[in-house]
Amino acid sequence: MSEMIAPEKVAANKPEAVQEVARMNQLAGPAQRAESPLHHADLGTIAQKGPKNGGVTLQEHKLLGHLVIRGSQDNQAFLAGAREALGFDLPTAPLSSVQQGDRSVRWISPDEWLLIVPGEEAFDVEEQLRAAMGGHFAIVNVSGGQTVLELSGPEARSVLKKSTPYDVHDRNFPVGKVVTSVFAKTQAVIRRTGEQSWELVIRRSFADYAWLWLQDASAEYGLVVKA
Amino acid sequence: MFYIYCPHCGEHREEEEFHAKGQAHIARPADPDSCSDKEWGEYLYFRKNPRGLHHEMWVHAAGCRKFFNVTRDTVSYEIKEVYKIGERPSVVAAGN
Amino acid sequence: MSQKNRLASGGRIDRSKPLRFKYNGREYQGYQGDTLASALLANGVDVIGRSFKYSRPRGIVAAGAEEPNAVLQLGATEATQVPNVRATQQELFGGLVSSATNGWPNADMDLMSYVGKVGGRMMPPGFYYKTFMYPQSMWETYEKFIRKAAGLGRSPLENDPDTYDKINHHCDVMIVGAGPAGLAAALVAARSGARVILADEQNEFGGSLLHSREKINGRPAANWVAETVAELEKHPEVLLLPRSTVNGYHDHNFLTIHQRCTDHVADQAPKGQVRQRMHRVRANWVVLATGAHERPLVYGNNDVPGCMVASAVSTYINRYGVVPGNELVLMTTNDYAYQTALDWADAGRKVVAIVDTRQNPKGARIEEARKRGLNVITGSAVIEVQGSKRVSGVSVAPIDARGDKVTGSVQRLSCDTVASSGGWSPVIHLSCHTGSRPEWRDDIIGFVPGKTVQRQLTAGGINGTYSLRKVLEEGARTGAQAAESAGFADAAKGIALPLSEEVQEGPAMALFHIPHTKPTARAPKQFVDFQNDVTASGIELATREGFESIEHVKRYTAMGFGTDQGKLGNINGMAIAAKSLNQTIPQTGTTIFRPNYTPITFGAIAGRDCGELFDVKRYSAMHRWHVEHGALFEDVGNWKRPWYFPKAGESMQDALDRECKATRESVGILDASTLGKIDIQGKDAREFLARVYTNAWAKLGVGKCRYGLMCGEDGMVFDDGVTSCLAENHFLMTTTTGGAARVLEWLELYHQTEWPEMEVYFNTVTDQWATMTISGPNSRKLLAELTDIDLDGDSFKFMDWRQGKVAGVPARVFRISFTGELSYEINVQANYGLYVWEKLFEHGAKFNLTPYGTETMHVLRAEKGFIIAGQDTDGSVTPIDLGMSWCVSNNKPFSYIGKRGMAREDCNRPNRKQLVGLKAKDPKKVIPEGSQAVDDPKQPLPMKMLGHVTSSYYSANLGHSIAMGMIRDGHNRMGETVYYPQADGSVIEAEICSPIFLDPKGERQNV
Repeated sequence: MSEMIAPEKVAANKPEAVQEVARMNQLAGPAQRAESPLHHADLGTIAQKGPKNGGVTLQEHKLLGHLVIRGSQDNQAFLAGAREALGFDLPTAPLSSVQQGDRSVRWISPDEWLLIVPGEEAFDVEEQLRAAMGGHFAIVNVSGGQTVLELSGPEARSVLKKSTPYDVHDRNFPVGKVVTSVFAKTQAVIRRTGEQSWELVIRRSFADYAWLWLQDASAEYGLVVKA
Repeated sequence: MFYIYCPHCGEHREEEEFHAKGQAHIARPADPDSCSDKEWGEYLYFRKNPRGLHHEMWVHAAGCRKFFNVTRDTVSYEIKEVYKIGERPSVVAAGN
Repeated sequence: MSQKNRLASGGRIDRSKPLRFKYNGREYQGYQGDTLASALLANGVDVIGRSFKYSRPRGIVAAGAEEPNAVLQLGATEATQVPNVRATQQELFGGLVSSATNGWPNADMDLMSYVGKVGGRMMPPGFYYKTFMYPQSMWETYEKFIRKAAGLGRSPLENDPDTYDKINHHCDVMIVGAGPAGLAAALVAARSGARVILADEQNEFGGSLLHSREKINGRPAANWVAETVAELEKHPEVLLLPRSTVNGYHDHNFLTIHQRCTDHVADQAPKGQVRQRMHRVRANWVVLATGAHERPLVYGNNDVPGCMVASAVSTYINRYGVVPGNELVLMTTNDYAYQTALDWADAGRKVVAIVDTRQNPKGARIEEARKRGLNVITGSAVIEVQGSKRVSGVSVAPIDARGDKVTGSVQRLSCDTVASSGGWSPVIHLSCHTGSRPEWRDDIIGFVPGKTVQRQLTAGGINGTYSLRKVLEEGARTGAQAAESAGFADAAKGIALPLSEEVQEGPAMALFHIPHTKPTARAPKQFVDFQNDVTASGIELATREGFESIEHVKRYTAMGFGTDQGKLGNINGMAIAAKSLNQTIPQTGTTIFRPNYTPITFGAIAGRDCGELFDVKRYSAMHRWHVEHGALFEDVGNWKRPWYFPKAGESMQDALDRECKATRESVGILDASTLGKIDIQGKDAREFLARVYTNAWAKLGVGKCRYGLMCGEDGMVFDDGVTSCLAENHFLMTTTTGGAARVLEWLELYHQTEWPEMEVYFNTVTDQWATMTISGPNSRKLLAELTDIDLDGDSFKFMDWRQGKVAGVPARVFRISFTGELSYEINVQANYGLYVWEKLFEHGAKFNLTPYGTETMHVLRAEKGFIIAGQDTDGSVTPIDLGMSWCVSNNKPFSYIGKRGMAREDCNRPNRKQLVGLKAKDPKKVIPEGSQAVDDPKQPLPMKMLGHVTSSYYSANLGHSIAMGMIRDGHNRMGETVYYPQADGSVIEAEICSPIFLDPKGERQNV
């Protein structure tokens, strides 16, 4: 009880960093089974038994650590803290992203970023950010609330064109760009990760719909599922 | 289907990413309790319905979730200007 | 039947690929490259339908989208039936099955024609209004008659087996129409490097060049078309869309294009292929190169099969190798149509006469016709046609220079085909879609696109530019302008203009309606709109009856109402109305066109959003368990929530009774993951809550939860939920399942627009937490087996929350209750939701842990009088009306949202409707929700209604039905009786009581 509702210790050199928030490592141990939003779709078996060739490849990057970071770009203690904790700057140019090793951060709005790290690092990174940042900011762990789908292959773009009204042409959507847009009848954070690959961040409760949609929309090109 | 420039994302997006939120620049009275019923009624219910330039509020609901203002011609549906909350429009109807 | 009208050579058909098809049950043969229309004409099929009002035989008139008559039913199987297919646009494929859509029992031998003759008299213009509206009770009968008689075809009775698709595009230059202008524009734009989309409704690009005999760069135009298309195909940024009709041109250069991907291949799309695709295009610049439609002239009996539009005759000859008759009379107001007579003669058939309405026409084509010995009769017109199922002859008479009257004696000519040309109408439909009003131009005798606010250019026939040389020039120039405007500088540089010889032409005559020796009303019928059987005399009658606005004339006569939208007849109709009103055409105005340009299948509109994908279905992390345990589901928002969990043999009521009792007697469990959850952080979070909720939040301690009501500025309740203080500057708000997105947007609205200075951030965590509520006297015992949290009632009190582990998973447990029982709401990261849920069941068996769904939840909360926002409220109810003044704090320093609204006089008047409990006198009767209360069920109608029932259930725990509802002044009427008259005439009697039916002191939840 006490450790989570106790006010955070105020760093002596950062008197402004009074952030009285509840902190919680949400991860259980290996004995407790964790299921990604698409667990029931059993993509592993489909990957094994399904087609190996097709125009579109789909892979779920599951159980990663997702952290929403909120703060003002006018708050230097916030931006500097992010740099200190992450080792790189939060991208402040609209619709841009940064990938450093297995950490990636996406601009979502002028005061919102989505940081994705390996699942087991989520709480540590959150703690490091909280310790380093100052002023008014917020960090929210949403690791259980969304998942990452990677869409790749020569026809990945065609599937995207059926799914989002956003212009996914090379001239408008270079590698590294990230947009939050409509995706079929739901929404997605869409990031171009390579010449022929895109990453979709989908909310958990919509994941099944997105999976059905992607199967349908890529049927004419052939869908390969990767474990 | 409008094509709306989001001043926060810095580019045009399809209308389906946005929600229209009605007339812009309706400030909540600083002291609602001292408003007369008439003043409060005006604030709550009375809206312009101009033929021509209209200042509207929109929110980039499926994008950055930010509210902003749009000046739109209600006859041609042309969007004349997009500006952030707290800013004043530079394109206004004659007499405004 | 042999293809008696097929030429031995020529055209763009492939004679080595014969195709069998069926029309009205008979088998015919055509060739690859034919349309259904050209194949029918090749086989000498004259009658392809019966007209709507008069049931007159009708034949093919045109060769494109403007065809009004040849609207057929397609489909070899029930599931693949397609109505409203224009035979002129349907490519022929082997095995095609088609039939006429109107005509009982078939188009050739029509029993309706007897009725029709009577019906025709019964159906003057405005017949809808005059004849069929009264008596109203007959409308259904009339409607059936009209629907069937209107020949609208029929929809399939089985599911469509095909797949349809939608795709989004963005481009720099969108070019509509791949005729000479569109091709030239596309070529120049493509070379600039711009992203170009070129769409054309036909199977081949080329437009008029596909049947033209003109030359480009000294060689047949078709060569230039082939070379141009070949180059366009090589440009990587060019998307070519043949068989694609641009059906809608919407705001801000958004266009919808209907592509028929496999309609030309087979009755059903080949496996794995999409039948039709809707392209949704956002274009920077649009070039409309839609060309023009030739206008037929309006003369007596002009609907007899064999009467065609002149250019269509040329198209059938030159493109399809079909001469649709033997002896031609051509009537024209212009030079261009002479080409049809020349083509006819070249095909080796007889040109009986060219009847030119002009007194003294001069031009190159006229010279050629004369040189070749064709009989040119000037200053005359075909005033009437003879024949019924096929033209047998015409009456030709001299007319005056204005075309107002017949000036001499009538001569009869024998022929089987009449081609007519009244000039050309630019295809301005798409331009009209954007709200642009067309403008009349006397020099081209037609409407052209008017001013527009779109980033739109036009080229070619749509501008009234008809000379091929000028069309090509205009196309290239426009393509360059569009590309440059879209940011591709120097697009215009180095354009090698395709060259074509200028043909010298004389002026055309503005003539639409051919005079007859008799007045219009008594002359043979002169049809303006074939599909709706609108005649010249009908339009004149409409103007005489006082319909002076062209929009009124249109509605009164139904002109342009058909599936062809009056492409062929509208301008003629306007001209006739104008003349009848003694006005010019621009004075009379024009009707404009709306999307869609041609009819579109529902499949293409639906795309993939059908069946399982019709709407989003949202699932909780425990959904699989619910399915495996037989839950039935209820839609709440987009969520699929378990409704109840029936066991074998149980009725719904049985299941609810069991679930309710188990929860009150031992422990039940609800999946509450769908409730909206919003994480609120920042030092002003608490103050923000105080502003958006009606109650006080200043003193809510860390570790505590509180229920709150949210109102609009009008003081009306719109959402509610429990918000917990996670830390001094950190709160977790819950909302109703359906209200989650709206509440978050509401908070953002106030934060971003009213109080941006407040330091607070809102983030949705609805999907982050799996929430399971265990409720009932044994819930503590069950939870104790799985958690390290101290559950002692003295330290972990009602409306507290604690953090710890449940089944080894980090959890937040909230001791809040929507059932009135001892309850714990367990929240774990959703990845562990199902794991923890299953662990609870492993330990729950000994407590008879019973899953329950939304229906039992509703019953249990109603037993306690807890409201559901959106069910017991409807946007007209204040917290006071709900009897929840305990949840309103007017001592808060800030005037919270809803306070001023609630202070309005009307919110404080006596006699408002208020929420009360209702107990039916008959304990078994469940008053239907929505029932209206009255004081005296015997009072005369309309009865004075006091309010409606908002929630009503049978309570197994109480052994009687319970209800909540609004009653005028209800709070002061406890114990009184009200009556609920039902639709079946019965009346349910009920007593007004407190809505808290069970445990009014709240002892059960507070143990």
